[in-house]
Amino acid sequence: MAENPQTAPRPRPLSPHLTIYRWPVTMATSITHRVTGLGLSFGTILLAWWLVAVASGPETYQVFSSIARSWFGQLVLFGFTWALAYHLLNGIRHLAWDLGYGFAPATANRNSWIVYILSVLAAVGAFALAYTGKGGFFA
Amino acid sequence: MTMETPLHRVQGLGSSHSGVRHFWRQRMTAAALVPLAVWFGWAVLGLVGASEARVLAFLTQSPLGIPLNAILLGAFIVILIYHMVLGLQVVIDDYVYGKWGKLALMFLVRAAAFAVAAISIFALFRIAGPV
Repeated sequence: MAENPQTAPRPRPLSPHLTIYRWPVTMATSITHRVTGLGLSFGTILLAWWLVAVASGPETYQVFSSIARSWFGQLVLFGFTWALAYHLLNGIRHLAWDLGYGFAPATANRNSWIVYILSVLAAVGAFALAYTGKGGFFA
Repeated sequence: MTMETPLHRVQGLGSSHSGVRHFWRQRMTAAALVPLAVWFGWAVLGLVGASEARVLAFLTQSPLGIPLNAILLGAFIVILIYHMVLGLQVVIDDYVYGKWGKLALMFLVRAAAFAVAAISIFALFRIAGPV
């Protein structure tokens, strides 16, 4: 524009982003939902590996089993257990939002904490059952 | 030259060019996965420490003349991977700029998803297939 004396464009004001806001818990649950979803994507490979091991006979299954039983395997499995519990519980919250429920700030904050606490309880509970011999009930 | 009016071309589609299809499928797969994931968690807990023979027994038992557990596991895996592709597409759309990078990543995601699903279903057929 000829009548505009400005040569360089003035930097436009930016709307505040993640680094500006004080994090409400709902922001944390939102990003956790995405991160657990990404993580669980890699879990599908483990699921396929488990099925292939079952289909390949006892020796191959033994290899899978010993890796799963190692401390590293248990750590990974605990991570996936929690991620699945979290994504499932928070996913139910997402479906409720889609139906129009749970948007009030106080409700959303409370449900965020409920999802965090329940997901940890579910994962710890599942491992507690497994380690106290309550798992493996399909004889 | 098309006889289609511009209004008709965009009706119900919006800026995504695919309307609410992606949104709707993500929700429908999510709803299906709620009971399936609960069943899966219960099944895995029931198979903790199981030998290969016991896992085989679980996946091949046919209480109603059909291998119900294998079918549920197959349904879980297929719907899970469909849901995964839809979710990963959103992540790629959000963070990957540029048409070609987006295209390449989506191709990789879909190829990997198809491979994992195919391998899982093949294994399930070997375990509980009609042979």
